[in-house]
Amino acid sequence: MTSVEKTGNRRLTPQELESFGAEMDAIRQRIIADLGEEDAAYIRGIVKKQRAFEAIGRALFYLPPAWPLAVASLSVSKILDNMEIGHNVMHGQYDWMGDPALNSRMYEWDNVCPSEQWKYSHNYIHHTFTNILGKDRDIGYGILRMDEDQPWHPYYLGNPLYAFLLMVFFEWGVAFHDLEVENLVAGRRTLEENRPLHAGIMRKVKRQAVKDYVLFPLLTGPLFPLTLAGNATANLIRNIWAFNIIFCGHFPAGVASFTPEECEEETSGHWYYRQLLGSANITGGRLFHIMSGNLSHQIEHHLFPDLPARRYPQIAAEVREICERYGLAYNTGRLSTQLLSVAKKICRFALPGQGSRRRVHEPAAETAMAA
Amino acid sequence: MSVDLAGRILRSRAVAALTSPHGVDRYLEQVNPMWAAHEVRARVVDVHREVDVAGHPVVTTLTLQPTSTWRGHRAGQHVSVGVEMDGARRTTRVFTISSPDSRPGDRFTITVRGNPAAPGRASVSTFLAERARPGTLVHLSQAEGDFVLPDRVPERLLLISGGSGITPVMSMLRSLQRRTHRGRVTFLHYAPDPDRLIFARELEEIRHTGHGVEVSVLHPSQGDPYLSPAFLDRLVPDHRDVLTYACGPATLVEAVQQAYAGSDRLRVEWFKPPRTGGVAGGAVEFARSGQRVANDGRTLLEQAESAGLQPESGCRMGICFSCTTRKREGVVRNVLTGETSALPEEEIRICVSTAEGDCALDL
Repeated sequence: MTSVEKTGNRRLTPQELESFGAEMDAIRQRIIADLGEEDAAYIRGIVKKQRAFEAIGRALFYLPPAWPLAVASLSVSKILDNMEIGHNVMHGQYDWMGDPALNSRMYEWDNVCPSEQWKYSHNYIHHTFTNILGKDRDIGYGILRMDEDQPWHPYYLGNPLYAFLLMVFFEWGVAFHDLEVENLVAGRRTLEENRPLHAGIMRKVKRQAVKDYVLFPLLTGPLFPLTLAGNATANLIRNIWAFNIIFCGHFPAGVASFTPEECEEETSGHWYYRQLLGSANITGGRLFHIMSGNLSHQIEHHLFPDLPARRYPQIAAEVREICERYGLAYNTGRLSTQLLSVAKKICRFALPGQGSRRRVHEPAAETAMAA
Repeated sequence: MSVDLAGRILRSRAVAALTSPHGVDRYLEQVNPMWAAHEVRARVVDVHREVDVAGHPVVTTLTLQPTSTWRGHRAGQHVSVGVEMDGARRTTRVFTISSPDSRPGDRFTITVRGNPAAPGRASVSTFLAERARPGTLVHLSQAEGDFVLPDRVPERLLLISGGSGITPVMSMLRSLQRRTHRGRVTFLHYAPDPDRLIFARELEEIRHTGHGVEVSVLHPSQGDPYLSPAFLDRLVPDHRDVLTYACGPATLVEAVQQAYAGSDRLRVEWFKPPRTGGVAGGAVEFARSGQRVANDGRTLLEQAESAGLQPESGCRMGICFSCTTRKREGVVRNVLTGETSALPEEEIRICVSTAEGDCALDL
């Protein structure tokens, strides 16, 4: 991530920010007024498919030759549950339905992170302070250096390794995210502050582990080890998929980061502006968008986090047209392009340097030094 | 396999662990919405128009076939009914059950008058009274409420109702008929006019054939006397010593309360909780939205709405739990019971809670 100037984007005048925000508000109002049967039928259809994939996956473990199919089916179930259903339901996208099964306050996902804690760190911290350095803890998740303005330290030589481990153990990374380990190490947080979170995490971890690593394997009798390995593989596949989609959301080249000073007393127009420049999309077909929980429309999601995700593809062209009119980049690309860009960044920031924002702001000093 | 055994297995800890985190009902409903282990749902199996007079709200009796999770009800109890309407939005309201006592899994009826909705809000009662069809699925709570007959019904009983307040006492009367109660029952009902009398034919039948049941249906708009202590004295001379159930509009219930002058034989059911204002003072903090307002003594739901928040709510009388909110700290008083509670991190129903001084809510 880089400052707005270095991404090649322009700063909007206060008047432009206001009208930009008004155009976004208009899209939002229009969609909200239109919510209804179709959105309800869509999410219920996805839930039905997810439950079916889960039941089929669990059942196929009784047929050893079908093991790869069982793993695939269970992986799809977990990905749908976490992304198109869990992530979006917990954003309150379907709260207007009044259905307790699809309510952000009640929904619990098939993941070791307790939904209550995730909603705080994600809905509140990440979506409010998106890409504000020092405030958005999703920048590098406290363990990676993903922005040139994060000061370098020899620890970051392990950046690619940490990213790989985070990918493999992604659901655990998400679960422990709220413990703010990096702040514990830095002495900005005490163990005492974490204590209330422990019980929630342990309870959820226990439930998930008992289900996937004890009960379902036991139910398959002599096939216990195969089922156990299958469940672990499904969790792993979900981890890898979710990590890759999510890392393409904010870390590809061209995504801007902001300083807290830039966002002081922020207007709603600037909030939209920051969400737009702080996010990146991935192109793909309908199935790809569903499997990514429509986080492939990260830009639309960050502009309108509480609108049902199936609406994002519908409004994407309009959002893009508005961006073009204001001369703002609409960061999008194929999965392979965005992933490569993220991987490069992970490796590049393992090493010191790569400039700092100060130099951009004080070109005179740089010139003087060069001279 | 008996239904009971199936239910016990589905409600077991093992099944809960296997279906975690969603719970077994989230899987059963995918196969058949009438299968449930915990939740209660019902299908409408019969629709009967009680009153259909042009220019007045329709009154309809719906027969409901509940899921096997329905634990039955005692005459006089009510149930929360959630329906999906107007763009898949589920809305929940409370209705009194009009059929006699039911056992677990038994069919029962609710009798609904289609009250017009407040502006901008869909009306559950209008939907149920006018648009429900056999096959319509509704979401239920268990039966609730302690406006019920005692296990041992005394020799004499007085049932007083007004308008659609007739439903709980009708349920009682029907239960008494079924239980072959041998004492004397006085059934006094106030209706706006004869054309719009709910259960007219059944009341007429009971008047003629019911043993020991005295049915009086009065229409004050046509010159019949209003309820007064003197009138009650004539109808049931020692009424203060007779177990009495009264349900109806506030004016009627208040008149009955006056006539009973604090007698412990009177049971009343309000359609709306009494407006007992709480004590103003201190501040109410809505922590999630970062708002802080001076506590004006009204219910926390009303204060949250005045502050521009839109917390979920349903019955607004402490029954449906839609408005349940986490109280972070502070002392709150339940306006229905008068009980106060100072527990931190407590789930409260904000529609029937007032703050006693400072209070912080997770809203």
